[in-house]
Amino acid sequence: MTLSPLVSLIGRRVGASLVTLLFVSLAVFGIAQLMEGDVAEAILGQSATPEALAGLRAAMHLDQPAWERYLEWATGVLTGDPGRSLITGLPVWEMIAARLGNSLTLAGLTALVSVPLALLLGIVAAVKRGTAFDRTISIATIGIVSVPEFLIATLAVMLFAVTLRWLPALSSTRDVHSTWDLVRVFAMPVFSLACFVMAQMVRMTRAAVIDALDTSYAEAARLKGCSPARVVLRHALPNAIGPIANAIALSLSTLLGGVIVVEIIFNYPGVARLMVDAVATRDLPLVQTVAVIFCIAYLLLVTTADVVAILANPRLRHR
Amino acid sequence: MIGRRDAIRLIGGGGLSIGLGACGFEPARPEPAGGRLRVAVAVSSTADTMDPARQTVVTDFCRCAMVYDGLTKLDERFLPQPALAEAIETADARDWSIRLRKGVRFHDGSPLTVADVVYSLRRHLDPAVGSKAKVFADQFASVRADGPDRVRIVLKTPNADLPTILGIQQFQIVRDGTRDFNKPVGTGPMRMLEYMPGVRSLAARYDDYWRGPVRLGECELFAIPDDSARINALLSGDVDLIHAINPRITRHLTGAGFELLESKSSGYTDLIARMDRAPGNNPDFIEGLKLLLDRETMRTAIFRGYATIANDQPIAPTNPYYDPSVPQRPFDPDRARFLFKRAGLAGARVPLVTSTAADKSDDMAVLIQDAARRAGLGLDIRRVPSDGYWTNSWMKVPLGFGNTNPRPTADIIFTQFFASNALWNESAWKNARFDRLLVAARGETDEARRKSLYGEMQHLVHDQAGIGIPLFISSIDAYSPRLKGLRPMPQGGLMGFDFAAHVWLEGK
Repeated sequence: MTLSPLVSLIGRRVGASLVTLLFVSLAVFGIAQLMEGDVAEAILGQSATPEALAGLRAAMHLDQPAWERYLEWATGVLTGDPGRSLITGLPVWEMIAARLGNSLTLAGLTALVSVPLALLLGIVAAVKRGTAFDRTISIATIGIVSVPEFLIATLAVMLFAVTLRWLPALSSTRDVHSTWDLVRVFAMPVFSLACFVMAQMVRMTRAAVIDALDTSYAEAARLKGCSPARVVLRHALPNAIGPIANAIALSLSTLLGGVIVVEIIFNYPGVARLMVDAVATRDLPLVQTVAVIFCIAYLLLVTTADVVAILANPRLRHR
Repeated sequence: MIGRRDAIRLIGGGGLSIGLGACGFEPARPEPAGGRLRVAVAVSSTADTMDPARQTVVTDFCRCAMVYDGLTKLDERFLPQPALAEAIETADARDWSIRLRKGVRFHDGSPLTVADVVYSLRRHLDPAVGSKAKVFADQFASVRADGPDRVRIVLKTPNADLPTILGIQQFQIVRDGTRDFNKPVGTGPMRMLEYMPGVRSLAARYDDYWRGPVRLGECELFAIPDDSARINALLSGDVDLIHAINPRITRHLTGAGFELLESKSSGYTDLIARMDRAPGNNPDFIEGLKLLLDRETMRTAIFRGYATIANDQPIAPTNPYYDPSVPQRPFDPDRARFLFKRAGLAGARVPLVTSTAADKSDDMAVLIQDAARRAGLGLDIRRVPSDGYWTNSWMKVPLGFGNTNPRPTADIIFTQFFASNALWNESAWKNARFDRLLVAARGETDEARRKSLYGEMQHLVHDQAGIGIPLFISSIDAYSPRLKGLRPMPQGGLMGFDFAAHVWLEGK
């Protein structure tokens, strides 16, 4: 009977997530109603005459009441079709799919590089607490987290693309024809993003492992003669996994929607820019669908972190 | 428990397969004959369109110029040259007959017919299309087929400029009945292979082009909104041509071996004082304000010389109707001080609204503020965000800025921005004589007479309207020395957005 409490916990979490999603989509729709201007004004720009606006609004069904438009979109999403973009006329899902793939690729590669590295650096810094290595890591992480990523990205481009000409200045998955291309194309965006997400993970890992190493059971393990590696990996780390998983989830959750700067500098077509475009043109079906996707990704990560924390902690597991 | 290494391997494997699944390893496309040109402009978004009627930003202009043709095409003097129309005839500037070129084929092989032309012109009148050229199309009383190769257009009132108006990009010709423009089909020099709004487009040479095939093989076009990222992409060789260069960076680019294309345009950023309220309702204030424009300093300090001195009227020296007899207004804060005092405004404080939406208005405002201080007038600069500027601030604040792209004819710029009933009469300037001259010039087919009418209108705007036009702003593009055939056009940068039909790549 170790799993059934877990199943009910996950069940409750999924239920709460659905309520959160509903609330987020309502909030996004509500806020969008408060923004000045609508999609018809965005299309016509300077040439918006009252008649032209009225005609275009009628053609786009913008003259329907707001709640009707929301319901139409919501039922569409529930049946798997979030409708068409008001601006391009393309199906919203088609516009998102390609870019979501790009964003997931970039986020996946960044996670692949940054999570193991951050764990390693954090654990070693905790074990060697107070040494020169530990201090270097601490100062470096504070330093990097304080430098905006556009600076890191721009400096990297100037050095590796403009001066040395080793890497392309723009990142296009279209240029990837081999594993080596993959490394070249993604090296700089992944590096910029990894700098940005790693710092917090390193610091949290270090703090959590230090806490665990300070406990009496870790001291008991040391006293009974365990090797330092065994003390860390077998005794301290399992107890530190909860907070570490949470730190990782929070850091990675920014990789989908919060990477607009890197997408712009490397001209990488991801969902963050799609969202900015959609807001600027007041393309509500697109705005809402992307917002819901961001929300789902966030909830998935946070829920996974919680489940991992519970699985790793026997006390929580049996509660 | 799973070891840490195993876990890493697990995560690693999963992550990598997501990555590869999303991009896949397709073989590299071979370089086509004629080369592939990569172009980066500044603005692109999901609002990009291939509907000629809706084109708004540089990406739209460039792509539509590749794919479509108009009935006429404007040359470097803004004069209409025949394109899909072989001849345009009229006796009274009101009833026009257009003979179509024979043997023109769309990219899908279907022949160009009068039905295509009638559909392309008529659709601008439907508000649901959201046409940017509706204001011009509203002059059409009727557009209909007249035999197998002629289209007859009857205007509501005579307009001798119709051939020029038909050369406006929005009037490009699409196929009869087209509603979905995401797979665009035109008669133009390039076929669209791939078009993703806000991401990129790839077009290839159309071998059956009616003017004969162009030299370029393919053209990839996308936007890099960040200025330094766009320049870095050129410097690193990832693109061959970039649009919208900040004048401050030009010397660095030429030093690195790149070429610059300066297009002297008739686009401008103008200072606007609303004349329907204080303080703009006082002619002394208006005149004093225009004397505060230090054009030479603006030209050298803000634009590094990439601008032409203007004279508070919108007709640029490149326009055939430009009147050199309008006296150049000097920079004269002392005279302005006298005028402000006479207007009872000595020591007054007036808010001046600027925004990045009106190109370089921030920088201009600082120079104007400094000159105003010397003339005893306090200007409080208020910067507002570009998002929503045209709806919320432009033409609504007593003192602010506007920004206007080049317009092909004197009639269009005067009709849109200076006629008493103009929708965008920026300064709310009303002048009955000007309105009469405008209508007379529009229907006038005698060139000399027309030129004198437009000359008098330039005098009137220069003397009385509540706008100060300090400079005509040049557009600057930068390109790799491999790229040949670019030359400046007054319609705007990138050869008036029509570079793809004229350029080629040399060497490697």
